Amino acid sequence: MAQAKSQFGYRRHPDQDRSGQSPAEHAVVVVGAGPVGLSLAIDLAQRGQRVVLLDDADRIGEGSRAICFSKRSLEYWDRLGVGDRMVDKGVVWSVGRIFHGESQLYQFNLLPENGHKRPAFINLQQYYAEAYLVDRIDDLPEIDLRWRNKVTALEQRNGSVALTIETPEGAYRVLAQYVVACDGARSSLRQMVGAEFAGQVFEDQFLIADVKMTAEFPTERWFWFDPPFHAGRSALLHRQPDDVWRIDLQLNRYADPVVEKKPENVRPRIARMLGHDKFAFEWISLYKFQCRRMDRFIHGRVVFAGDSAHQVSPFGARGANSGLEDAENLSWKLDRVLRGRSPASLLESYHLERSMAADENIRESTRSTDFMAPNSHQEARLRKAVLSLAKETEFGKRMVNGGRLSVPCSYDSPLSSLDADTWHGGPSPGCSMLDAPVTTPAGEQIYLTDAFRKGGTDFTLLSFSNGAAIDAPDGVKGIRIGGKGGFADPSGLVAKRYGAEPGAAYLLRPDGYVAARFRHPARAAIAAALVRAEGLY
Amino acid sequence: MPLSTSSNFARPDDAFRAIVEAHRGLTEEQSADFDSALVLILANHIGDIDVLREAIGLAKRRMIDGQQQQQQQQ
Repeated sequence: MAQAKSQFGYRRHPDQDRSGQSPAEHAVVVVGAGPVGLSLAIDLAQRGQRVVLLDDADRIGEGSRAICFSKRSLEYWDRLGVGDRMVDKGVVWSVGRIFHGESQLYQFNLLPENGHKRPAFINLQQYYAEAYLVDRIDDLPEIDLRWRNKVTALEQRNGSVALTIETPEGAYRVLAQYVVACDGARSSLRQMVGAEFAGQVFEDQFLIADVKMTAEFPTERWFWFDPPFHAGRSALLHRQPDDVWRIDLQLNRYADPVVEKKPENVRPRIARMLGHDKFAFEWISLYKFQCRRMDRFIHGRVVFAGDSAHQVSPFGARGANSGLEDAENLSWKLDRVLRGRSPASLLESYHLERSMAADENIRESTRSTDFMAPNSHQEARLRKAVLSLAKETEFGKRMVNGGRLSVPCSYDSPLSSLDADTWHGGPSPGCSMLDAPVTTPAGEQIYLTDAFRKGGTDFTLLSFSNGAAIDAPDGVKGIRIGGKGGFADPSGLVAKRYGAEPGAAYLLRPDGYVAARFRHPARAAIAAALVRAEGLY
Repeated sequence: MPLSTSSNFARPDDAFRAIVEAHRGLTEEQSADFDSALVLILANHIGDIDVLREAIGLAKRRMIDGQQQQQQQQ
């Protein structure tokens, strides 16, 4: 079985020597060093914030757990300086196939076009992702990562949060202006603030086995309804690095988890699927899924991100990826609030935008799970009809729901300025920026996401040159496409994907979302959009 | 376009008859399977989620009205 890949030592911190009456004061304490907490800490540190990152364990979690990381997550990790490592180690894929019984119903390509720096998805064991993020933290003295530090009490005060932290050498206290709870689905901080975590529990159980073997399956996502090796239920196969394969088998709701998890009982199931038993188990887990979210992601000065705030079924890769989107959405806002550059109310937009995304993710993953595990005879009958129609009709294929994979949510947000012009194509305000190849003034071929990152991941005016200079408001970075000294768009894909004619401009937020766009930008309109996006509306 | 509830077939009896005949000789279970497929095919042909929702609403309303009538008779 899988071993913990990295072990980290507990180290005493001077904060622990302070008296309970004068605890150390910190700007931000992030609780939970999983993918979300680690990424958020790095992002905040890169923005110049000092971060205390607490984790109750002393090692990276066991088991592959989240394995599918989306294009959006990779673009975020590029900004955090770990994208290359993730992609180099990860298994790149964009094609999925859906089978019914013995035969293929259809296949899909999640990124059928060229001209993107990052693929639709990589598969990578969560322990690798976490290890690379921890390595990155070693380069960032702003982050104080404390292992075996478990928050046991939380008290909201006027202007700060007091945390009591248990360590192997006893408890100590710290004060924080803001606490971000990235402590997972069973979040103890969520209980400490007394928040409910209500939603839907799915009774069907799913067996997840990661097996090590050499196999000739292509690097694709394969999903079966009613396969010959697992009659009447669904199955999923994913490739991971190191010759590890993720196999996900639907079990019935009455299966005994203790019995089903035993390797000697899992082995024949997997052998039936593979047609041989030349494999070794890396990890076995049995799941019952829940789709639920907190009513509010912000409680006083405690902000919830990732699984602590929302939980989805895994079909669609919407768990870790949405948590990473939480982190990228929160970090720039928290940074601005801590610097006094935006009012604390800017954080409310984090709750609005990300709870909207959570609703979308829950809706999508609930639909997938319901399709896989129908709740009634009639639901099963409708599914049967869809699967049979899919054999000969396009509409049937598109109704088959074997998981709708994570794409960035579009926000209906108070930070967005509505289009004043008529646009044909391009990301509208509240949508994520799109990638495309560009050539730097020095002749280097990079991508728009690179240019955004190198520009400093701040408010950025992406403008399409028509010869006249556009005045960007103070403090706004610029990426100019075309014109002397600008980026070239040799493939024309930037202009095409942004539906932009010369003279147009997009105002991008620090998380790469479109705040506003203008076909004929005027300085005053850009400034007004900026004020709105900074939360000064 | 709202759901059309005016009579659209030149010969409505032919349409009703075609559906009835499709069910002839089927078991209850087969009939239900058939109806499910037919509903999905027609829904896709309509291709308008608002019209579909209106149609669902109309069908549901008939059921509720029917239940209420039954209760009143009892």
